[in-house]
Amino acid sequence: MALVIPKETYSGKIYNVQLGSGAKAVTIGGASALPFLGFEGTFPNKPAVALEVMDIAPDDWPETLRKAIGSAGSNPVQWAKFCQQSGADMVALRLMGTHPDQKNKSPEEAAKIAAEVAAAIDIPLMILGSGHAEKDTQVLQAAAAATRGKNCAIGKAVEENYKTVAAAAMANDHKLIAMSQLDVNLAKQLNILLTQMGFDKERIIMDPMSSALGYGLEYTYSVMERIRLAALLQNDPMMQTPIVCDIGANVWKVKETMASDAEMPEWGGLEDRALAWESVTASAMITAGADMLIMRHPGAAAKAKEVISELMG
Amino acid sequence: MIVIGEKISVIAKKVREALGKKDPKPLQELAVAQDKAGAHFIDISIGPAEENGPELMDWAVKVLQEVVEKPLCLDTTNIKAMEAGLKAHNNKWGVPIINSTSNEPERFPMMELAGKYNAKIIALTLGKGSIPADAEDRCGIAAEIMARAMENGVPMENLFLDPLILQLCTMQDQGLQAIRAVKMFQQLNDPPMQTVVGLSNISNGAPKHVRPIINRNFLTMLIYEGLSAAIIDPLDKDMMDTVKTVEVIMGKKMYAHSYLDM
Repeated sequence: MALVIPKETYSGKIYNVQLGSGAKAVTIGGASALPFLGFEGTFPNKPAVALEVMDIAPDDWPETLRKAIGSAGSNPVQWAKFCQQSGADMVALRLMGTHPDQKNKSPEEAAKIAAEVAAAIDIPLMILGSGHAEKDTQVLQAAAAATRGKNCAIGKAVEENYKTVAAAAMANDHKLIAMSQLDVNLAKQLNILLTQMGFDKERIIMDPMSSALGYGLEYTYSVMERIRLAALLQNDPMMQTPIVCDIGANVWKVKETMASDAEMPEWGGLEDRALAWESVTASAMITAGADMLIMRHPGAAAKAKEVISELMG
Repeated sequence: MIVIGEKISVIAKKVREALGKKDPKPLQELAVAQDKAGAHFIDISIGPAEENGPELMDWAVKVLQEVVEKPLCLDTTNIKAMEAGLKAHNNKWGVPIINSTSNEPERFPMMELAGKYNAKIIALTLGKGSIPADAEDRCGIAAEIMARAMENGVPMENLFLDPLILQLCTMQDQGLQAIRAVKMFQQLNDPPMQTVVGLSNISNGAPKHVRPIINRNFLTMLIYEGLSAAIIDPLDKDMMDTVKTVEVIMGKKMYAHSYLDM
């Protein structure tokens, strides 16, 4: 008797979300089966890799990163161009300088930088606040207005500020990144609340909250798996948004990407180790179903793109 | 669970009058309201319609599908009217349901239509003569209906077995027999057979204020045993909240604080 491969039938599908415009526009999502099970469904779009840029110099980033970015790091526009040249699918501009504990830059300053960066690149742009829920409302409102028409992803909308951030994205025709704290039920709840205020669910990108390899990655992985099962098997319209994993910010804070060769000789050379840490974290998220990754090292991003190409066949 | 909205029924005065005058508005309003409330199919019951059945069903199907992008559940004992409805139905949003066949010979042509038009069909486990005594009796009838479906080229996934809901106030033991039948029907095939009930029959004859309580609790028990579809009033919010809550408790839908709003 011939072997018959058991197949799952899915009733749901992930929404297609387009970012940017023109020849370099990126579409994510569209999967109709669990990640890369090509015999069960279709995967029309590759996961996109975004490289991160800040509105301030990356002085507090580890040396391995600063070396890779070089002098471009001193200017957000140059830095964004550098990311584009490095082969990134997107640029993720994190307006870290607006954080009250950082340089406490004004929303107007942030908006100016966002507009300049958007004008300097032709790949899509993601605009992220500093993670200060209150300040982010003003910063993202200003940045969203300054980049109107660029079809950016704006975020992150969280429980404390989702109304204002979503309104800013809606008013300026952007997509929205909605983040909840590693919890499937809260992720669904946030999407319901956004939908109830009139935000189109097919313009949301979900951030399940990422982590780094060795530091709770399996929690993110498990949350993503449950999101996808609800989206595909239960056909839950609130769970069918694409997923973004913000990994660079987590990976480049752990000891494995910072400890020097002398400090940890048994761990192998720092540079290879650090790059491997980010690219392996990326591959884990890709296989868990990430549609978009935010990364920091161009070398690690290139590795992640190789993994994606091989998996997509 | 599949919700078949029951509001457009010839039994209701407003609907009867609208059908009589061919006034589309009241029917369309009910269809839109049920669609918004989460119905997956909209039932259109025109009764026997002996005079103008085919023409009436053709008209009703078309006016309803002008306003809702949903498949319909065609409800008439008139064979010609059923066929007219199947012809008029736009399958763009799914195939229609024939409501209904049974093990009574005069209902056999409905199964032929299901085969001919590749429609879904509700089959009441009711034979000639007396009503079924218990769940085992219902399974026997179901097996005969399934054989007839196969003869007519109706795939098992298009068949919804209905255990025949009888009223609690006069046949108290039949409620439990229907629940047992829903469980047993599923075991008659792999993949499991689909099941459906006309829910409100359970509370027929009971005082008005008691009826919704009986209906909701009965539905909870049926869903727990795996019921696939129910003909209910989707505009009854308590009823829909019951469906959603049972589905969340059973792990078929993911919980979120606002799950009732979706």
